[in-house]
Amino acid sequence: MLKVLKSGFFTTVQDAGRYGLRDKGVPISGAMDMISAAMANRLLENTPDAALLEITMTGPTLEFEEDTYISLGGAEMSATLNNAPVQNYKVYKVRAGDLLSYGKLERGLRAYLAIKEGFRTPMVLGSRSLFKPLTPHACLSDKSEVPFNASKGFEPKIEELKVPPISEGGALEIFKGPEYEMLTDAHLAALFSKDFTVAKENNRMAYQLEETLVGHHMAMLTSATLPGTMQLTPAGKLIILMKDGQTTGGYPRIAQLSERSISVLAQKKFGDSLSFKLVLTL
Amino acid sequence: MSTYTISIKPFGAHAVIVEWPMEVEEAILYDILQYLQHLKAHCLAQEDWELIPAYNSLTFVHRETPIDFENFSQHLKEWYANKGETQDVPRFLWRLPVCYDKAFGIDLSEVSDRLGKSISEIITLHTQHTYTVYGIGFLPGFMYLGGLPQSLEVARRTTPRLLVEKGSVGLASKQTGIYPQDSPGGWNIIGNCPIPMFNINKDDPCFVSVGDKIQFYAISRAEYDLHKIEGEVGIFQLEKRLVDA
Repeated sequence: MLKVLKSGFFTTVQDAGRYGLRDKGVPISGAMDMISAAMANRLLENTPDAALLEITMTGPTLEFEEDTYISLGGAEMSATLNNAPVQNYKVYKVRAGDLLSYGKLERGLRAYLAIKEGFRTPMVLGSRSLFKPLTPHACLSDKSEVPFNASKGFEPKIEELKVPPISEGGALEIFKGPEYEMLTDAHLAALFSKDFTVAKENNRMAYQLEETLVGHHMAMLTSATLPGTMQLTPAGKLIILMKDGQTTGGYPRIAQLSERSISVLAQKKFGDSLSFKLVLTL
Repeated sequence: MSTYTISIKPFGAHAVIVEWPMEVEEAILYDILQYLQHLKAHCLAQEDWELIPAYNSLTFVHRETPIDFENFSQHLKEWYANKGETQDVPRFLWRLPVCYDKAFGIDLSEVSDRLGKSISEIITLHTQHTYTVYGIGFLPGFMYLGGLPQSLEVARRTTPRLLVEKGSVGLASKQTGIYPQDSPGGWNIIGNCPIPMFNINKDDPCFVSVGDKIQFYAISRAEYDLHKIEGEVGIFQLEKRLVDA
């Protein structure tokens, strides 16, 4: 077991996601920054669907009850293992009784803790990702216990990776969304020249942006939405759906973020700025 | 059956959307379902793709690989032209119990005032009609139902509630539906359905599919209490029958 002594702001178990039920209204969930999560898993030679902890903004204090190996990724949160600093994307051997703590958020928003073979919380409809109401809770709380298998004698092929932090990704790449053509010249000029700010309303479901575009009266019938879908409300508000976002929506879907841009956005917090550039592939 | 003019658009690197004329029309929905059935049976390896139908659109998502749009949209057009018109898509009419007791139907009196109809007239109208499932989304197991009689159209509440209880049956302008989970919401609540619309313990967690039909029937408070327990342990026998094409 991994004992959660203090849970932090929002610490959740996520994996590669829950697929095949979008037509029944189930969001895919899964790690918000899949690129960082996957790298942390890969160092431990885990399968891509291994469950890890996603740690948002302020980190937890964790006690390991068995020997194992871990690797951190994503946001940098001044993590320490028994008070010694721990760096991202490096395999660490952990012994029963060791304490992992987090300190100041230095960069990004979401950190990942991968563990050898992944966390073994219950599988619900093909995924261990926490998503209320499919799972009883959306995140861990003080005194939660997270199961994992003890591991010994692991010799990693690669012990350490040097990767630039994903939070410095530059302009977010967007594709044209299904309703892109409804945008006026004024919309387009604003969308691609302005800097936008992440609003306080940002979570695993969606990111809202502070700055608005001109409003509109375009009506459409409810249709599918995806993680990374950028909606424009009639009042001109921009909403970017994320991994726990609803599977259908009635607002025009003006753009679609690339998979990489979803990861970059997942590392942005309230007040951070961002801009967009159009990818023309077609 | 007619064939419609469809338009195909890319939706990011991993998805493509096919759109039919923008109308809430059962014939369009059925055309989409025939196409979907044809694709699943003959054209697409099912495990690679997720297909999401809703009203006038069908969205294709490929989890692993980016889609070659030019190539794929060409295939989609050919498959649409060749799908045939006679194949039946099995669709079910589900009869769902609703308790319209005032303990659940917390807005019944207000709706009655606003519509100028007695509560029993509202219940009769609501249970008389069958509704078509045009989409499932917003929350796991939430059905977008079409076919509400005009006489039951009542604007949503000016201030949404922070908590609407699971199973609540509501009215909001042209829509009626069931809240599948506790959630915030602005619909006028007229009753409660004791049968869970989404059950994680079942292989098929949501028995309803897009294209199915729903009819409500009124039950007493005592029947509600019984069905609630039966529904939770999964022994409630839902009434369903095949709908003729």
